[in-house]
Parts: sequence; structure tokens; C-alpha cells
Amino acid sequence: MARVLLIEDDMNVRDALTLALKGRDHEVESAASGEEGLELLARFAADVVVLDLMLPGIDGFEVCRRIRATASTSIVMLSARGDDFDVVGGLEAGADDYVVKPVRSQVLEARIRAVLRRTDSVPSPVETYGELRVDRASLTVSRGGRRIALPPMELRLLLYLSAAPGQVFSRQQLLESVWEHDYLGDSRLVDACVQRLRSKIENVSAEPRYVQTVRGFGYRFGPV
Amino acid sequence: MTWLRGLRARLVITFVLVGGLSVVGAAGLTYYKAQLNLLTGVQNRLLKDFRNRVLLLSRDVALPAGDAELALLAEDLEVGDRKVYVVKDGAIPGDARVTAELRARVLRRPELAWQRVTRDGVPYLVGGSRVMLSAGGTPSGITIYLVESLEQAASDQAAVLSAAQTAALPAVLLAVLAGLLAARGVLRPVADLDRAARRLGEGRLETRLPVRGGDELARLAGRFNETAAALERSVGELREMEARSRRFVADVSHELRTPLAAATAVTDVLEAGADRLDADAGTAARLVTAEITRLTKLVDDLMEISRFDAGAAVLNLNEVDVGPAVAACLRSRGWSSDVTVDLPPDIRVPLDPRRLDVIVANLVGNALRHGAPPVTVRVRVTGQAVAVEVADHGPGLPADVLPHVFERFYKADAARARSEGSGLGLAIARENALLHGGDLTVAPGPGAVFTLTLPRTRPAGKAPARPGRRP
Repeated sequence: MARVLLIEDDMNVRDALTLALKGRDHEVESAASGEEGLELLARFAADVVVLDLMLPGIDGFEVCRRIRATASTSIVMLSARGDDFDVVGGLEAGADDYVVKPVRSQVLEARIRAVLRRTDSVPSPVETYGELRVDRASLTVSRGGRRIALPPMELRLLLYLSAAPGQVFSRQQLLESVWEHDYLGDSRLVDACVQRLRSKIENVSAEPRYVQTVRGFGYRFGPV
Repeated sequence: MTWLRGLRARLVITFVLVGGLSVVGAAGLTYYKAQLNLLTGVQNRLLKDFRNRVLLLSRDVALPAGDAELALLAEDLEVGDRKVYVVKDGAIPGDARVTAELRARVLRRPELAWQRVTRDGVPYLVGGSRVMLSAGGTPSGITIYLVESLEQAASDQAAVLSAAQTAALPAVLLAVLAGLLAARGVLRPVADLDRAARRLGEGRLETRLPVRGGDELARLAGRFNETAAALERSVGELREMEARSRRFVADVSHELRTPLAAATAVTDVLEAGADRLDADAGTAARLVTAEITRLTKLVDDLMEISRFDAGAAVLNLNEVDVGPAVAACLRSRGWSSDVTVDLPPDIRVPLDPRRLDVIVANLVGNALRHGAPPVTVRVRVTGQAVAVEVADHGPGLPADVLPHVFERFYKADAARARSEGSGLGLAIARENALLHGGDLTVAPGPGAVFTLTLPRTRPAGKAPARPGRRP
């Protein structure tokens, strides 16, 4: 059971999704606009925001950015089917995953569950890679002594990659392991998440040092 | 000799013929006239003069005269390089230019006879006449022969002929030139027209011709422009109509999506509750749920095909190992145990995994639904491409159906008007293959054999990503 904030402008879709999510034992609050949603988020400590991109007033991309700026709440976008522009824009704005409308509640449920999967803390010594310190016990990351706040999916990606430094993972492997997509998923999820992660842990002006691209194969952590 | 049939050759030949004939005709006429004036004129004058002298002299001659007198008479008659022989009738003057034929004619006739003779390349006029006594025209028994050179007249005549010949060559050359010029004048617009017509045929409907002057060719160019403009207008209207209808389909699908989003979200609730309803209501709930699922699939497919039509389909290429990708597609749909696979490892191809999944799922889904087991999926490398072959062992597709299977909403069997698919699956699969720079083909086998070919290198020159259309 999770606390879900649903931001969707169409009343019937909103009601239907609320009904469906409540039927799956989630606690649901809903908003009809981005402004209302952001206001609600301040009071309602949501675990996940289910966010429609096409909204009156401030659009879903902007809502996404504002949520990311202040909170590490997980975000699942409701995308118009295959409108790639929306998907890419939403992922860049910080969404963790997306579902395509019309969506069956079991699919949305699976995506919500995946992004909310708690990263288990493991009692292990703090790992240091160059300037980067990864603490798997407290699930914190710091660089040059300064703590970096990472949203859940970015943290999970970093922890997954850094658990096997030097090993190359294909996008498909990462989708299956980190996002729990059990079919040929959208590798742009991985690419967008890597970009967001890099913007926080890497030296922006230099070549990526921690999360490296292996052309034609995928990504690997280090070696540092 | 095709060039002879060309307009240029025909025009030049005509001009040369007309020019040449004119020159030859004019020269011929000049020559004829010159001959009359020069040669015949000289000849007539000479003969007349000769005749007068003979008449004049004949009076003074005492008959019969002796040879010495005759020789004297001949000397009197000789003027310039004219040679005169005065002999008794029937005697032969010692000059080869006075031929036997002429002598015979002189004896036969009372008046002057003449002949033209050429000796050593020099033309001569040879005349002969018996001298008549003035009283009653009785023969005097004396014959006078005259030999006069016509060299001067002949050379004058030759000069005229050569002048005509000299004039003829430049005239013919001029005719060739004029022919070429005329051909150019006609052929340039014709060549322009030829080029323009070809461009038009290639689909460049904005092609127009410059209209110069007001001749027939200019009118033809004008007509061509009108026709091209009319064609452009019609095609433009047709394209506009087609674009409108495609936009309409896209818009309708879009509009259907919001109500479907609401309905789809609650199908699970409805399904879960169906068991608690009474039999009829439960059946109705399940039916509605199933139909919403179908409708959603149809709208999804319509949206997808609209994106291909609008050129808004985006290819997200990744280096993908084809074998595991196909295996994952089958596994995620629970088909792994129903399909015999031959998937060699390490065949890496740049492709969009989601689109490969769509294609393979559609082909295998069709084979499982409509074909008969065993359904096989084989991946193999063929030259510069990778082929994914999906085959079943059912009755296959009739030959008349094969060319149409990739058409939208094409149903092989009219009775099976309501199939599980949207009727767009194969059309979408093929569009996906084409988007990769590959192809999707069907061939008769034991059953139906669908082959997806994908290039092993990235499609060159084709921008993989085009900005998507915002809804």
C-alpha cells in the first residue's frame, strides 16, 4: 500500500484511476491541475506522483521539475501513447517511469510497485571511488564530502552499477533489474536516468568518470 | 541511323536540298543562257558573215577557175585566224577538221552546212557551202570551207560554269548553316519541353517553361504550363484531402483515448466484481471489459499507423543482440514453450528494441492463432542483413491473398471479419521494418513464412529521429 497523488485533468479518467488504485489498497489523493497537485503534495506526503503530462496551466513537465527540485518523491508519468516527444521531455524533467494511456490498472500498479521498491540497506563498509562515497548502510552518496540528494531510481541505478565496478550492463539488463520491466522496455528510461545521475555526481565539464558509456553495449561503473 | 530521323538532321537535309537545288537550277539556267549568248551567238555571227562573203565573192569569180585563182580567193576570205579553203566540188581540202561527213552534207544541200569539231582540246566551227551563181542558183562547181576557232567563246563559257560552281559550294554551306540555325531555333524549345515533361513525370509538378515569342512552340509551352498548373492543383487537392483524412483518423483516435483511458482503468475493477454480480450482469461486465480491451488495441494501432503516415515515427536505435531480444519477446508473452527457436548468439544489429518486439510479437501471434504448430522462429545472417524468419506449418495463405496481407484492415477470410487483431498488425509490423531500413515479406512455405530483414549497419542518410508531432 502506498500514498499516491494523482494529477490528471480529465474528471472521468481521474475518478476511474482513483477507483482502480483504491481497489488495490492504495491511499489516493487527486488533483485536476498542476498547481493544485503541487499544493496538495506539500500537505499529503505522497510516496509516488502519477502525473498526466497534458495539463491546463503549468504542464506536467514543469510539475515534474518542481517536484524534483524539492522532494525525492517517485514520479510515474501518464503519457499519450508513443508520443515520443512527451516521453523524452518527461524523463528529462525527472520522471522515473511512464505508462501509456489508456492503461490497465494492473500495469500502472506494477510500475508504481517497481519505482517504490525500497532499496534495502546493507551493513557494509562505506565504499569510496575517487571523490565519490557510497554508503550502502545509510543509502547516502556524497561527493567531495558533500552529501548528494538522489531521487530513488537514480540512487538505485548507482547502487546497482557500483556493486560491480567495471562490469558492463546492457540497457535491457538495467531495465529488467532496476526498473523491473519484464519485457523489451524503453531504453530511453535508462539513458535519461543516467543523464540525470551524471549531472549530479560527475564533473559536468569532463568526460563521465563514474557512469561510463560503452558504445554499442550499455553502461558500466568506473573503473575509477 | 536514328540521327537521320532527328528533327535537326531532317531540317538540315531539307535546307541543303532546297539551297542546293536553287543554286544548281540558277547555275544551270545561267550556263544555258551563257551558252546561247556566247557560243551560239559567236557561231551564228560567224556563219552569217561567212555566208555574206561567199555571196559577195561568188559574183566576182570567173568560172571555171583555176587552182591558183581558188587559192587566191581563199586568201581573200581569210580574216584573223580563220582558215578558208576554196576547192572544186567534191575535192578534199587538206585539213582533218573538215570531215567527210561535213563534205557529204555540203554536196547534198544547196545552202551552208556546218559542224563543230574538237581537235587537241580546242573547239572549232567548220562551215562549208557550194558557191551558187547568182542567176537562178545554179552550182558554180566551187565549194568553200571555213575553219574558225571557238576557243575564246568556249573559255568564256567555261568561266561562267566555273563561276556558277564556285558560287554553289558557299551556297550549300550557307544552306547547312541556315538549316542548323533554324533547327536550333526549333529544337531548343523542343528540348526544353522534353526536359520539362520528364521533370513533370518525375513528380516535380512545379515545373514550368519560359514562354518566348508568339509562335506555335510558344503556344505549346503555354499549354504545357497550363496543364502542369492544373495537374499541380489537382494533385495538391488530392494530397490535401489525403492529409486531411489521415489527420482525421489521428484526431479521432486521439479523442477516443481519453474516454478509453477512463474505461480501461476500471476494467480490472469490473472484472474483479463480475463474479459477485448475477449471471447476466457478470456476463455483461466481462463482455464490456473484453470489448474495451479490443477497442483500446484498435485505437492504439490507429494511433501508431497515423504516426507512420505523419512521418512522426521515431527510431530509437540500440545495438541489440537479436537472439536474446527475440527470446525475451517470446518469454514475456508466455510463448517460449509453443515456439521452436533457432537463435544463434551474438548477432548484434542497430535496432529499436520496442519496434522489434512489436514485429516479432505480431508475426508469432499470428502464426500461433491462424497457423498450425510447430511454429518456428529462426534468426540468421544473410550478407549485409539479418533475417528473422517466422514460419508455421498450417495450410498457409492462398496465393491471391499473399500480395494483400500487409494492407490495412485486409481480412483473408470475409467470414472471419472479427478477428482478435485490429487488422492493422501486419501493416504496422511492415512499417516498423521499413523504418529500420529493412523489409518484411511473406512467402508460401509448408505454411506461411514471414521474413523480417534488418540491415546490419545503421540506415545511412536517414535521420533516425524526427521531431514528434505534439498532440
